[in-house]
Amino acid sequence: MKKSHILGIVVIAVAITVIISTAGDASTYVTFKEALELASNDSDQKIHVVGKLSKNETGEVIGIRQSPDNQSFSFTLIDQNEDRQEVVFLNTMPADFLRSEQVVVVGSFHNETFLADKILMKCPSKYQEETIEVEAVSNPE
Amino acid sequence: MIHSFIGSTGHFLIILAFVAAMVATYGYFMSVRSDEIKRESWIKYARWAFYIHGAAVIGIVFSLFFIINSHYFEYHYAWSHSSSSLPVYYQIATFWEGQEGSFLLWTFWHVVLGVIIINTNKFWEGSVMTTFSLVQAFLVSMILGVVILNQKIGSSPFILLRDVMDAPIFKMNPDYVPKDGTGLNPLLQNYWMVIHPPTLFLGFATTIVPFAFCIAGLWLGKFKEWVRPALPWALFSAVTLGIGILMGAYWAYETLNFGGYWNWDPVENAIYVPWLVLIAAVHTMISFNKSNTALKTAIILVIATFLMVLYSTFLTRSGILGDSSVHSFTDLGLSGQLLLYLMVFVVLSAGLAARVWKRIPSSDDEVSTYSREFWILMGATTLCLMAFQVIIPTSIPVWNAIVELFGGISNVAPPVNPVAFYSKWQIWFTIILALLSGTGQFFWWKKIDRSKLKEALMTPVIATFLVAGLVILVSNWADTGYFKSAPDLLLLTAGLYSIIANGIIFFKVIKTSPRLSGGAVAHIGIAFMLIGILLSSGYSNIISLNKTGLVWSSDLPDEVNQNNLLLFQHEPRQMGKYQLLYKGVRKKVKGFPDYVDKAELEALTDKRRAIIETALIYKDRTFFESGDTIEYENFENSYFEVQYVNESENFTLYPRIQLNETMGSVMSPDIDRTLTKDLYTHVKTFPDPEVAIEWSPTDTLQLNIGDTLYINDFVAVFDDIVRVDEVRGVELDSEDVAIKAQIVIYGPLGTQYVAEPIYLIKNRLIGRIPDIIDDVSAKVTLMNIYPQRGTFELGINTTQKNWIILEAVEMPWINILWLGTLLVAIGFIIAINRRYKEFVQMRDKGVEV
Repeated sequence: MKKSHILGIVVIAVAITVIISTAGDASTYVTFKEALELASNDSDQKIHVVGKLSKNETGEVIGIRQSPDNQSFSFTLIDQNEDRQEVVFLNTMPADFLRSEQVVVVGSFHNETFLADKILMKCPSKYQEETIEVEAVSNPE
Repeated sequence: MIHSFIGSTGHFLIILAFVAAMVATYGYFMSVRSDEIKRESWIKYARWAFYIHGAAVIGIVFSLFFIINSHYFEYHYAWSHSSSSLPVYYQIATFWEGQEGSFLLWTFWHVVLGVIIINTNKFWEGSVMTTFSLVQAFLVSMILGVVILNQKIGSSPFILLRDVMDAPIFKMNPDYVPKDGTGLNPLLQNYWMVIHPPTLFLGFATTIVPFAFCIAGLWLGKFKEWVRPALPWALFSAVTLGIGILMGAYWAYETLNFGGYWNWDPVENAIYVPWLVLIAAVHTMISFNKSNTALKTAIILVIATFLMVLYSTFLTRSGILGDSSVHSFTDLGLSGQLLLYLMVFVVLSAGLAARVWKRIPSSDDEVSTYSREFWILMGATTLCLMAFQVIIPTSIPVWNAIVELFGGISNVAPPVNPVAFYSKWQIWFTIILALLSGTGQFFWWKKIDRSKLKEALMTPVIATFLVAGLVILVSNWADTGYFKSAPDLLLLTAGLYSIIANGIIFFKVIKTSPRLSGGAVAHIGIAFMLIGILLSSGYSNIISLNKTGLVWSSDLPDEVNQNNLLLFQHEPRQMGKYQLLYKGVRKKVKGFPDYVDKAELEALTDKRRAIIETALIYKDRTFFESGDTIEYENFENSYFEVQYVNESENFTLYPRIQLNETMGSVMSPDIDRTLTKDLYTHVKTFPDPEVAIEWSPTDTLQLNIGDTLYINDFVAVFDDIVRVDEVRGVELDSEDVAIKAQIVIYGPLGTQYVAEPIYLIKNRLIGRIPDIIDDVSAKVTLMNIYPQRGTFELGINTTQKNWIILEAVEMPWINILWLGTLLVAIGFIIAINRRYKEFVQMRDKGVEV
């Protein structure tokens, strides 16, 4: 066998391992219902859940609880099935969390609580301003 | 008034640039296809078109900058990216904050490169510039901003706000111009935003040069000749792109709060992958002379580099990465156009290569293990596998989209812990690379057989084991805990081997021909970088780790690592080997070299200014007197003064927060840099300044002058009572009376404060002006005066002490990484110089290149 063939085989083997490893380590986007099912099957797999923060009529975020030492907090997330779930994050609240349009939590269920390892946020205001603040008197310069 | 002229000019120039690029493409294409006689006129024609295109692009750049600089907020681009208070250097940054501007920056670099190619390289002009012009047409189309058959083509930076926004104000008054823009994202208000994007885009832009030469070579049947003129450009591209990437990494480390210099974020990966492929391409281009296998590989890799650049453009700008990335461009709805751009070049280059593939010289001879080609091919293969390992998971959103295109459902998400996931693969690849780069260099200079190889490798191998053993001994002796795992030990050894082996080569070469030392220097640099990354990232250490944290909810697992530390103002707290002391919030003031205590600054309605209560003195020089009005450097910025003390060191860090009303807050770290480590501190959270202070119920005390009392657990003395003639903000008539009490508070750590609450009778009404002493978190009010008894009543309210929660991380030996970076850059510059001289020699000899 020629060396180039051996090299070729090694390359293909590594490439296949890479793909398998990616498939194995990849996470999934699920809803809270599915996540709970996963957890009840004794799986400790970490998953992604996409949702929105719970807000009242005036658009204020509700359901935030701070821990006494301010170093962790919990909030209510509404997933795409409109299921509400309490999520605990054992870290300080990320800056701009309350302004975020969409929240992705990465983590898993521990009993009834969803424990988030990571929070990803989408803040529209950061990249595109949606509204114009008009002064009381418009200025026709 | 709407300044429509400049916008119309800009838009016209965009269309002109687009048309001229198409004309240039056609002209250059025809120049290659036509015979000798007609060629000259086609070239002349196409060159004119390209120059018109270039002039138009420069005109567009000027128009857009003019709009930003003149604060024409009727334009969407100026309104959404700039504001009237931005200094000029941030206005430049504003230019490329948006997608349109960054496309424009890229196009501009291509114009510069195109003009250089036209003027240095007559032989290749027609064929190379065909590709250039076609790419320019695609890039300009991204900012074209026209609608054809209901299909939006490109997004123009010259669009008016009223055409983008559906705000009701425009129905009432179409000529409405906002007073100010929304400003540059505070996250990006940094000098890196001024220099990082142009460097990165220059790196991006230069990948087109080797690609265009390669395509030209295939097209003209000059399968080997294209390499020589392309090589210096490929090297230049590799170093510029590399520096651009590292600038971004350094920026993320120093200012942004991403936690480190590299996080395997999709956008970082999207730029890392083309760079790896480019490095592989450069190596095969260098070794093509003797091996046809290397030539074919070089062709594939040069094309792949450019296509990867297009693919990463698609990934980062189409919005497909969605919320999997912290960087994100606004989705402008250009994904179809970006995909078309990518596909056209995939099809054209693959088609062309396939058509001529059989004609490229090839040989069936096996590459000898003792040749440099063999080692280079191994290295290139490893680099490509590295790239493959990164691009597959990064493309997960693309795989999902493809499955959904065919009606399936795919909900695969990226790996939960990207740093661990990518590192466990990449570390093995880098070990192999370090070994190859050490050994391969010995084949570089002469042909070596088995016995000579043994002889040559003996010294570096023995030296490596000696040095590695010594490093590990010292590391164990100092109880550092480094090199714990097998891959870490291997990477250290392989890295040292590469440094030593390349070092030997370097000293051999430097005596005879220093011009040729670029490779050795660059490889030593890479090896230093690998060791630096291994130590600073692999053994970064969260020293604010708090294992005693309260378990908050019984549902949670017991093992809870809290990475953060709560610090109350003026209360020292032990953290690892340091004692930390949070001293308070500081501000920066224009015209004063030091930080200023926020408690000393009295707010004014104009947020940019304040009144200073005690004189600002620095090194015996008084900069401001008490009562002066000062101006903030940036009123949005606050700094938290944190003092670190241990046996040998004593330093103060000032992590920063920028609070921007419209865009939210940005926390930036402060770093204590020493030779052996960086100590990185950032504040995670602090009391919200918007929330009103909650005071405890008033505690009233009856006191005589000279009495001692306790205020928030601090000892205080009711010192005196005096009549005052002036009270700030109140006009006193002759019948009015104002009295102030003076209470000396013995604050924390030997500090002393004087609280001076005021009691005044004005128009027979009683007024009380309490005094708030921030540092003891107390409010003192003079409630009543009982002249008969000679006693006074004080009201004391207290509140929670000021606090911050911070995270502190130690990054050991990060300076090795920066040293390596410097060496790599120097190595590349030496190599570029050599290759460019070779090209010029060959060109001037009249060889057809």
